[in-house]
Amino acid sequence: MKFMLMFFDTAAHQHPLTQPTEGAAWMAYAGAMGQAGVLVSGDGLQGRETATSLRLRDGVRQVQDGPFADTKEQLGGYFVIDVATLDDALAWAARSPCAATGTVELRPVLVM
Amino acid sequence: MLAPAGRASHTVTPHPAWQAAESAARRSYGRLLAWLACQWHDVAAAEDALAAALDKALALWPAQGVPAAPEAWLLTVARRELLQAARRQRLHDSPQVQALLADGHHGERSDEDTPTLPDRRLSLLFVCAHPAIDATVRPALMLQAVLGLPAQQIAQALLTSPAALAQRLVRAKHKIRAAGLRFEPPGPDEMPERLHAVLEAIYAAYGLGWDAAPDADGADAAHAAPALADNHDNLASSDSDDPRAQGLRAEAVFLADLVCSLLPAGPARAEAEGLLALMLLCEARVPARHGPDGRFIPLAEQDTARWQAPLIDQGNRLLASAAGWQAAGPFQLEAAIQSAHSERRLTGATPWPGIVTLYERLLAMAPSLGAEVARAAACAHAGDVVRAGALLAALDSPRLVSYQPYWVARGHVASLLGQLASARMALQRAIGLTSAPAVRAHLQARLQALGG
Repeated sequence: MKFMLMFFDTAAHQHPLTQPTEGAAWMAYAGAMGQAGVLVSGDGLQGRETATSLRLRDGVRQVQDGPFADTKEQLGGYFVIDVATLDDALAWAARSPCAATGTVELRPVLVM
Repeated sequence: MLAPAGRASHTVTPHPAWQAAESAARRSYGRLLAWLACQWHDVAAAEDALAAALDKALALWPAQGVPAAPEAWLLTVARRELLQAARRQRLHDSPQVQALLADGHHGERSDEDTPTLPDRRLSLLFVCAHPAIDATVRPALMLQAVLGLPAQQIAQALLTSPAALAQRLVRAKHKIRAAGLRFEPPGPDEMPERLHAVLEAIYAAYGLGWDAAPDADGADAAHAAPALADNHDNLASSDSDDPRAQGLRAEAVFLADLVCSLLPAGPARAEAEGLLALMLLCEARVPARHGPDGRFIPLAEQDTARWQAPLIDQGNRLLASAAGWQAAGPFQLEAAIQSAHSERRLTGATPWPGIVTLYERLLAMAPSLGAEVARAAACAHAGDVVRAGALLAALDSPRLVSYQPYWVARGHVASLLGQLASARMALQRAIGLTSAPAVRAHLQARLQALGG
């Protein structure tokens, strides 16, 4: 069963590259998932200030600088993992560095 | 419904009647529920009836005043609820109805003082840990039925979705009713096995409380939890700062204490006392596991002055009492291991070779991945690093890929053997598998010390 783990966090925690300990923790986390054979895909994202949002309304394109929703916690990255149950997915979510500082949202991947 | 055992009351200014209902529920939820469930052979129906009685108490007590014997009042109303439900379902002649009617306390005399209610909580524990009930749901079932903990709180500790847990609990209770599980305590021949199931579920609840995000799963969790949390300095798992988790540990200790007090004197008590001793010996070290700054402190570096001596003494006394029954078992062995660790308080040294021997006996009696890893780590501490490495290399389980204590132990042993590259790799792996931030930071510092 595939789940997407989405990592929401405040800006302070979203620049792992500038915080070596946190970056190393994410590397170790991704490595452990890869070694365990559950990792399907995933990426970290650049900061919210790099976001651009687009929508099409009544045939008019609206492009704006900034994220879709201006909330304190922003999507910082995601992993898609393949595990047996939601409980397994929760166990992996709990191991992410984000669990202690932000929120991990888990969603089953839609099977078409 | 009222939070069943009144554990999570967040009302701003509780009405006195609410407080009375809450305190009656807190004091006697388990006893009331056990009695009703055993009479009715149906845990879910008993819970519903007791919840309805608590609701009625909330509605009536503010106006009518709190009855002289709140528990008796609740019991009478809950019993009436059960009978009404039976009437709706046309169960007049069923043995359950007869049992309730025969008891005599039904009717309108709801204020009477009940004679001491027979304590059926042990029977309820045996039902919750019945072989027909899925082992993974037993701890949650016990915590809910005997202690009245809300499913939401249990789900946090189990690291499972509250909705999914609620569903599993409903299924388990349905099975208790549908399969007509016996509510009588098991006879002497099946006692050891059935009791072990009860103790294991209690220990699993304790392990959940110890490690709010358990790295160990399945049947081994019971043995691995304290082992991975505390047994040796390198086996670092989760921290225990979560107040919910501490609550769950206290509940598990309460349950073990309850089992000890309800079991008749005899060899069956040995393992129950062993379990209680084990938990108290682990509890004794909780204050020493974190520095004032929240930093994780591994066992070998803990200040023994911060261990709770009264708990250690109590644990050791229980262990001695358990040994007196001359019925050795895995919980007594685990308690003996923790007792050996606590010797450092008096002697200044940990008896590692003795601990290896105890793990060997434990593995002969109850093999588990947690104990395998713990034995290897103890070997390394005892100075036999080569054997420790061989023991770890020989392990073969699909669970190893995500078993955090194994990677911590491998990292430790490899570093002792001077194999720095594989030590760093194993530690990386352990860091990626760790849920507790304090433990993660501790392992990262260790990795840095290895130049990683």
